[in-house]
Amino acid sequence: MTAPAAAVRGSAAVPLPYRVVRRDEETADTVTLALEPAGEGLEPFRPGQFAMVYAFGRGEVPVSVSGVERGGSGGRRGERLLHTVRAVGAVSAGLHGLRPGDGVGVRGPYGTGWEPAAAEGGDVLVVAGGLGLAPLRPLVRELLARPERYGRRSVLLGARTPADLLYREQVRAWSAAEGLLVGAAVDRPGPGWDGDVGTVVALLGRARFHPPDTAAFVCGPEVMMRATARELVHRGVPAHRIRVSLERTMHCGTGHCGHCQLGPVLLCRDGPVLGWDRAGPLLGVREL
Amino acid sequence: MSTPAGGALAALTAGQRERLAALAREAAFPAGARIFEEGEPADRFWVVLEGRAALDVSVPGGPRPVVETLGPGDLLGWSWFFPPYVWHLGAVADGPLRVREFDAAAVRVVCDEDPVLGYALARAVGGVVAHRLKATRMRLLDLYGPRPGGGAP
Repeated sequence: MTAPAAAVRGSAAVPLPYRVVRRDEETADTVTLALEPAGEGLEPFRPGQFAMVYAFGRGEVPVSVSGVERGGSGGRRGERLLHTVRAVGAVSAGLHGLRPGDGVGVRGPYGTGWEPAAAEGGDVLVVAGGLGLAPLRPLVRELLARPERYGRRSVLLGARTPADLLYREQVRAWSAAEGLLVGAAVDRPGPGWDGDVGTVVALLGRARFHPPDTAAFVCGPEVMMRATARELVHRGVPAHRIRVSLERTMHCGTGHCGHCQLGPVLLCRDGPVLGWDRAGPLLGVREL
Repeated sequence: MSTPAGGALAALTAGQRERLAALAREAAFPAGARIFEEGEPADRFWVVLEGRAALDVSVPGGPRPVVETLGPGDLLGWSWFFPPYVWHLGAVADGPLRVREFDAAAVRVVCDEDPVLGYALARAVGGVVAHRLKATRMRLLDLYGPRPGGGAP
């Protein structure tokens, strides 16, 4: 059994009131909600961390922070949280249906982050599949904001169809950024698609990186992350420099309820971001 | 060292690559040019140097769906290595394309004459085929689609 969480704030289980101030439709079933605190705001989030977002009357789900905007009018810190939500169940459909002015409860920040500081000085690969780009977007913004800290930077995206690619306008802008390689591959191309067709793993062959000094950040469906991480290890990237974001059912977010246990790891507390040296062996065990 | 390092034929020794290079020439295709057609003899193969090639399938009465794209370092074509040496897909230049073009029959002769080179090339081509099989199986899973069985919150 894992030891109890070492540092859980007293308010960690109590959602704070936030209100929706903007709703951006990303794809047919996915929206990004900008949330502003109605009063006191939560502590700052690091890229890769998540919040428990409460749709009143429906329930709570873990949602990664897909961005932070400064300068909002509400709350002590005036910090807006961006959450990208896909409608896949009752609670997420409830969040998806929210409109500006609606209220939600938010608690957090929870879990481990991408920790890009560990990647400084080397090449960086960001590999996202589907909705996996949401938690990686703050990291991409960090790479764009401070290019001098990193070596060659690549952002590789995979999606089912062109219409399922998140943040299309921003991705276009990233493609124009100097020194940032952006590649996208879809399973099913449509008319007008000028990107690649195939898996995002195949795009690794297009990126230029020095494997021993490369840090990779990977998020997407688990099968995609396994395939990506294995290919990166095969190419010589050290397992501990590959960070993946894992997903299991999370309820408390504070390491107490055990729903997100994966072997010796409680993902809400010890994850969701783990090095492949820890995550790889755990994902290789069936029924764990 | 940097990747891609030598692409599809990187596992061959420098001497083996030199021997194959003697059977190759650089070539270029303009955007939209058809490189090979499904059902035609697979008498050449290519390693992409610059640009992108799209593999497509002929569908009667409809547009040709692209099933995969290949980029720098990738091997374009493997049907030349296995009987009956007939392309089972088509390929078109997806933009200006620069390639190294190999004479497939001559390469097969060299492989028969030099089994060590032949084995190394068989491993390289087999690796490419295996890699594409894995990728195809991943795509069959429709990873980014709705999860079967539901149950998501």
